[in-house]
Amino acid sequence: MTTVNTQKPDLSPPPATQTNPLTWLQKNLFSTWYNSLITLTIFAVFFQFFKGFLTWATTQAKWTVIPANLSLFFVGRFPKDEYWRLWLILAVIIFLSGLTWGTLARNSPKLFSINSLIGLTVTGLVILTITGLIVVLLPISITYRLLLLAMVVFLVVTAWVGKQVAKKTPNLVNWLPLAWFLSFFIVLWLMTGGLILDNVSTNDWGGLLLTVYMAVVGIVLSLPFGILLALGRQSTLPVICWLCRLYIEIIRGVPLITILFMGQVMLPFFLPADWRPDRVLRAIVGLTMFSAAYLAENVRGGLQSIPRGQSEAAKALGLNTPLTLILIVLPQAIKSVIPAIVGQFIGLFQDTTLLAIVGLVELLGISRSILANPRYIGRYAEVYLFIGVIYWLICFAMSQGSKRLERQLNIERN
Amino acid sequence: MMTDQEQKIPLWRDDRFWRIAGQVIVVIGVIAFFGILGSNLVRNLQQAGIGFSFEFLGNNASFAISESVIPYNPSLDSYSRVLMAGLLNTLRIAISGIILTTIVGIFAGIAQFSDNWLLRKLSVIYIEIVRNTPLLLQLLFWYAMFLQLPSVEEKFDLAGIIFLSKRGINLPFPASPQIWLWLAALVVTAIAAFFLWQWRTKIIVEQGQSGQPQLITLWLTVITAILIIVFGFGWQAPQSPEPGTIETGLRLSIEFTSLLMGLVFYTGAFIAEIVRAGIQSVPKGQWEAARSLGLKSGLVMRLVVFPQALRVIIPPLNSQYLNLVKNSSLAIAVAYPDLYNVANTTFNQTGRVIQVILIIMITYLLLNLIISLLMNLLNISVQLKER
Repeated sequence: MTTVNTQKPDLSPPPATQTNPLTWLQKNLFSTWYNSLITLTIFAVFFQFFKGFLTWATTQAKWTVIPANLSLFFVGRFPKDEYWRLWLILAVIIFLSGLTWGTLARNSPKLFSINSLIGLTVTGLVILTITGLIVVLLPISITYRLLLLAMVVFLVVTAWVGKQVAKKTPNLVNWLPLAWFLSFFIVLWLMTGGLILDNVSTNDWGGLLLTVYMAVVGIVLSLPFGILLALGRQSTLPVICWLCRLYIEIIRGVPLITILFMGQVMLPFFLPADWRPDRVLRAIVGLTMFSAAYLAENVRGGLQSIPRGQSEAAKALGLNTPLTLILIVLPQAIKSVIPAIVGQFIGLFQDTTLLAIVGLVELLGISRSILANPRYIGRYAEVYLFIGVIYWLICFAMSQGSKRLERQLNIERN
Repeated sequence: MMTDQEQKIPLWRDDRFWRIAGQVIVVIGVIAFFGILGSNLVRNLQQAGIGFSFEFLGNNASFAISESVIPYNPSLDSYSRVLMAGLLNTLRIAISGIILTTIVGIFAGIAQFSDNWLLRKLSVIYIEIVRNTPLLLQLLFWYAMFLQLPSVEEKFDLAGIIFLSKRGINLPFPASPQIWLWLAALVVTAIAAFFLWQWRTKIIVEQGQSGQPQLITLWLTVITAILIIVFGFGWQAPQSPEPGTIETGLRLSIEFTSLLMGLVFYTGAFIAEIVRAGIQSVPKGQWEAARSLGLKSGLVMRLVVFPQALRVIIPPLNSQYLNLVKNSSLAIAVAYPDLYNVANTTFNQTGRVIQVILIIMITYLLLNLIISLLMNLLNISVQLKER
């Protein structure tokens, strides 16, 4: 005799994993008496804080300082008639970014798939909301609003075009680094002038423009320099090893501000009397020297993580030392320390603020000069919050990007 | 036949030759580079009429600094004295900063493992906000906030113990004339407590006794210590006998406080991440084993996980301390007279740029070396002892 169990089994999860808002609260906020105490304290403090902040932001704060100086914040004292050049720079960068995005994603169906379309729609909506807020809050001209919108559309279009072209000519990827490299000189030409354009003195560069410029140039220059230093430190030639070591330890042992000070004040002493490099150039030298020493240590960590067998195998294949380094060891080493390198880049980006102390008007410097204006005296909190949000957005985006890159590379490895 | 074929490798293809020649070339290059820089320097200095000597250090430094640990009189004392005052101010910020940032960092790091959801999220928010904004901006923000404190006449008065005003933050401070005696007594109590603790553990382990009497004595020493601290030190709250003056107590200037807070919260966020990574590096089995022994989560952290995590934490912690000390040079932005700030004024007054920068660099290098040395000693003491 067999009995068939006709009763349906209870498919609901065991009681411990059943969640409803009440059990969630109980488990996560009020599990013990001290947890309840912590929760209540945090709530009380937060409530007070937000109440205070909202009252301040809506009644006491005078936000007019931000829209009134928007162009100063973004581009400093760049001549107004030449703003079209900056838009052109933005267009060039967006064109290349879109192209890179499209080409890199040529084989993945992800670009313009349902998910990414939803993502794009959401991003678009967010951007629209932000633009909407800007429209309400900030009196920027309708031309700029349209231009901003056009840039977003341009990005999507170039990405699509890039994907289509790259599908037919896969070699396009190899030309992208060169295109980026060339774009730097185009950007530099647009920023400084020369040839057929009017000259713009570097003294007129300022605000976010100068910050981003310094950060990008610093990153681009310090990476190869840092890799060379790291290789030098790992070298078996004692003289080179010790020289690199000395450099790294000295630079890492002193504050950045002394190095910038050296660049600004002492560099002219070390150069022939008739040669006085530009202030921006002097700052770049200091920033690069500093950043390279830190990058060298990060890269060294990567180099140490590569097993000896890799270079031995490469040698056994008949590759000489430079080729072994370039083709086998370095790519693996750098890949393994990408998070540390991006962390260093974020640090470099933040460190550009120190240029304000040595007299350059990057984003923080221009803010300080705005605050020195008698009309805006005492508006510290508004201005610092505003530029703080800008710095935060850029740094946060960089760190999230690096996390994502790390995840992708890990998947590839497994 | 090999004999004729076995020629010597030409010199220009000999690896051994190039290894040595390359180094010689590099050395010559470096010497030439610095030689050119040096000769330029000498020529430029001659043109500017500045010699290379440290004699200016004995000259009278006629600029005032807002605060100093050692007595300093701008109309009498020399540059070397003012530089020393700056160095002591740097040390003051460095030592208090290292202590406070460790507390903040460890607390925020451990908070990410709390079973309180709100506390976990709060610590993540703190870390993400602080790490992604520039330190200098944070310093300026704190300074601007402190500058908005009311004047001394309308000071904030927190329960008559702490005064907040534009002139600074006034805290209670021990003022007993026999303070050293009481401190000595405190040290004696601490030593006694330590030996009591050891004795208690020993008799519990070896003789299986309850250790109750020792525990009571231990509590008595703790109570004595508390009594000494509360009554012996002669705490004096800041007083304001008439409006506009604040006497006694410890005064922290707003420059010092904003620099300290900026450095502590900034470095603390990085230390929190280091602590989190360290704790995550401890295998899960350690948690489970400790829990299965019946330890509560606080005790698991304190007795089992954290000591093991320390091995991973200490090396990066060391570099964060070094960063804190180096970043303290940003004091110039909030007008706190630290070494860099004072040296900067010295350079502006004397024009002795090379000497001043040498002094700053060597001092910071030495400071970093000392911290590294101490941290390495600490590192050796927590490392896994393998026999």
